[in-house]
Amino acid sequence: MSDPIIKVEGVSKSYGGVKANVDITMGVERGSITGIIGPNGCGKTTLFNSIVGYHPIDSGSIQFDGQEISHLLVGDIARLGMLRTFQQTRIYGKMNCVDNMQISVSHRGDSKFSMFASRKGEIKDRAEHLLEFVGLYSKRNLISGDLSFGQQKLLEFAMALMNEPKVLLLDEPTAGINPTLINGLIDRLRRANEELGITLCVIEHNMRVIMNLASHIYCLANGRMLANGTPEELQNDQRVIDAYLGGH
Amino acid sequence: MWDNLQLLFVWAPIINVQVILDGIFVGAVFALSAYGLALVWGVMNIKNLAQGDFVIMGGYMALALHQLHVPLVLILLIVMPLMFMFGWVIYVLMIRRIIDQDMFVSLLATFGLSLLLQQVMNLIFGPEVQTIDMELPVYDAFDNMVTVPSSKLITLGLAAVIATGVIIFMKRSRAGQAIRATAQDPRAARVLGIDIDRVYAFTFAFNAALCGAAGVLVSIIWVIQPFYGITYSVRSFAIVTAAGLGNLPAVIGAGFGIGLFEKYTGAILGTAYEVAAPVSILLLVLIWRQIQMRRNRQVVR
Amino acid sequence: MSMTRDTKVTYGLLALFGIFGPILFPDYTLSIAYLWMMVLMASTWDTLGGQMGYNSLGNITFFGVGMYVSAIVQVSFFYEGGVAEYTSAMGSIKPEFTPAEYFWGLGLGILAAGVVGLVLSVIFSSFMFGLRGPYFAIGSLGLAIAVAEVTITIDYVGGASGISMPLFPGDIEFRSTFFYILCFVLTIISHFLLRWLYSTQFGLAINAIRDDEDKAEAMGIPTLAYKRIGWAIPAFFMGCIGAVAGNMAGFIDKEVAYPIPTFGIFMVAMALLGGKGTLWGPVLGAIIFHVIKEATWTYLLNLQWVALGLILIINIVYFQQGIMGWLQTKYPERFGIVVDTSTVTDADGKEAA
Repeated sequence: MSDPIIKVEGVSKSYGGVKANVDITMGVERGSITGIIGPNGCGKTTLFNSIVGYHPIDSGSIQFDGQEISHLLVGDIARLGMLRTFQQTRIYGKMNCVDNMQISVSHRGDSKFSMFASRKGEIKDRAEHLLEFVGLYSKRNLISGDLSFGQQKLLEFAMALMNEPKVLLLDEPTAGINPTLINGLIDRLRRANEELGITLCVIEHNMRVIMNLASHIYCLANGRMLANGTPEELQNDQRVIDAYLGGH
Repeated sequence: MWDNLQLLFVWAPIINVQVILDGIFVGAVFALSAYGLALVWGVMNIKNLAQGDFVIMGGYMALALHQLHVPLVLILLIVMPLMFMFGWVIYVLMIRRIIDQDMFVSLLATFGLSLLLQQVMNLIFGPEVQTIDMELPVYDAFDNMVTVPSSKLITLGLAAVIATGVIIFMKRSRAGQAIRATAQDPRAARVLGIDIDRVYAFTFAFNAALCGAAGVLVSIIWVIQPFYGITYSVRSFAIVTAAGLGNLPAVIGAGFGIGLFEKYTGAILGTAYEVAAPVSILLLVLIWRQIQMRRNRQVVR
Repeated sequence: MSMTRDTKVTYGLLALFGIFGPILFPDYTLSIAYLWMMVLMASTWDTLGGQMGYNSLGNITFFGVGMYVSAIVQVSFFYEGGVAEYTSAMGSIKPEFTPAEYFWGLGLGILAAGVVGLVLSVIFSSFMFGLRGPYFAIGSLGLAIAVAEVTITIDYVGGASGISMPLFPGDIEFRSTFFYILCFVLTIISHFLLRWLYSTQFGLAINAIRDDEDKAEAMGIPTLAYKRIGWAIPAFFMGCIGAVAGNMAGFIDKEVAYPIPTFGIFMVAMALLGGKGTLWGPVLGAIIFHVIKEATWTYLLNLQWVALGLILIINIVYFQQGIMGWLQTKYPERFGIVVDTSTVTDADGKEAA
């Protein structure tokens, strides 16, 4: 690994007596699409939450862009340029799509005056452009809470892009959406990575999706790092196959 | 303040016994109403800001009955069912309609109820401070330094009996089991054939009865006034926030804790801080919870 | 700020009423002044409660503190003994203020009241905004009670017996008109400040916090900074209007300064009645509520508070969306809200593609 933007070293986390993560070490290469897989209850989501700052970790270190972040709060981490999406999809449900987009601008190095900036002009253009990118332009003035689940997922993705993050962590981006929409979403994820230069780290359950998308994949089982490598390497790794087949 | 401190800890440390005893007496009453709050909060997610006014209402009922020369035990046996019915009516008229709404609605609606009850009690009983004088003997100890009215001992005993009754009821009875099942998972309880609406109504009415009982005890060991209710609500919230929902031993412990804190503040700072004490302990508990949660990178919700 | 025709007509009517109301009905001058005061209270409460979703039951704190601060400033600036010698507890010392002294003192007092309210809210922010939902509401109520209780233990401001405010240097009609203008102007300033704020990124940010604060934080919105400002603005105006109200009342003590069971809850009820989270809801709610309040006072006398309590409960239990909310669901297109009907989206979709 030459230039990791996220570096996780020896991270452990337990809830009560349950060891959700044990001595996890991994890295996300700058500019890559990295995947995290594993059977249900393997500790993917715990690891994800540790990285984005939703709970304290018991031991180990998490670095983002060379800075230790394991003690920072969610907002501070987001302002460093690492954003996450939610598995259950969270948007501002009583606001319309354009407003949802406009408030998602980056807050890195905000001045006090930008809090009272007008909403017209450049921000609005960019918001509409990105809504077009995810195919929601025609719905831009609808109250976002009225959109379908899949559309909300696209909106959440567009909001993340609006923020121009360095890294975007996606928690099961294809969970619960219509199979015909999945290909479109994969395509847009890839374009965001290539055209906008955003590093992606994706937790995914759907093996077809992740094998298609990621260049490097980590596989967790029982809270431990089981294996990592390219999609081809993992597909042929007996331990990974056992974990998926034996785990259930 | 300095004089009071010296009196307590240098000149006559025996007064501490008095303060501690008084703290325990009122703490037992606080615990009763706090447990009621924890119950409705935990089971039906209603934050009842009229809790204290239920207490005062029970107190006024006791006062009215006492003036009719009804004996103490009978007063309890009349007030609790009356408050139970009152709670049921309030549930049907009000609480049922706000139970699925966001939390602020329940808070505000019960605050409105609290103001309404205050005004009605003020109209009926007048704004004077009142108390029940049971005319029972008073025990002295340590050369008259500590006095224990037997009425306070009786109320403490009654509080213990009520608390034990509640524990047995919640553990053993069908209704108690239904309440606990609903608290854990209302949907599962409904699937298993429990009538959720009745459980909610019963829980709220049961809470009102508990408050009524606490009110009877308050009117004997302390004073009641139409606008004193809010302090009991504040105490209940402080206790529940500190002790958590559905943990009776912790609720009783926190109740005694607040009772002691208040009696010591009163003894040291004087009676001017009688209302400020429970409020400041609520704020302290809330701040302490925030520090605790922040360590977990979380907030108090 | 672009306005629709409806808005312009509304402003025109309100301005006409505001200017000619007291001229045509001089007996009601102070009553209308209280109406504007309630509009201000409900509107600024709504910034925190309706727009940001932090339901405060303690905004009245700043009102009371502002009242006391302005009393201290008004007396101390031109009287050597300061407010301590001036309080009712100290008896009959009543220095006469010249008109110049009075008006300067009042102006400085109002400003100081606003600033102290603002500073206080920033201090509160440091230990209140880790609380969400019911905990914030109850905590803010606790703050209001605590501040009120602490105030009456301070002998410097007269303890429980209160302060008589400096006498107004002018006749009673001029006095009414003067305070009327103060209330009206403060309300106008607060309204247009809020109107502008809601049109900026600030408005979107506090709406985002209301809709999903965890999401807002995960998106890197500096939520605490926004929340601080979202409380500081109501606090400033509540402080200012408290200073005015104290002088209108002529005498201040705990009951006048911290009317928790009345104005403290009315401002919430008014915002709810009109529809919270909208610019006009609190204004409408305040006007309706004030009319009901005056009517019940005239016809029900000591049952007034019971009647108002009942109205409050019925409002909350049966009509939570408020008038504006009800209108918005009934006539969304009048409010620029687009509703998804499949035919509309199909046509739009083809157009966009």
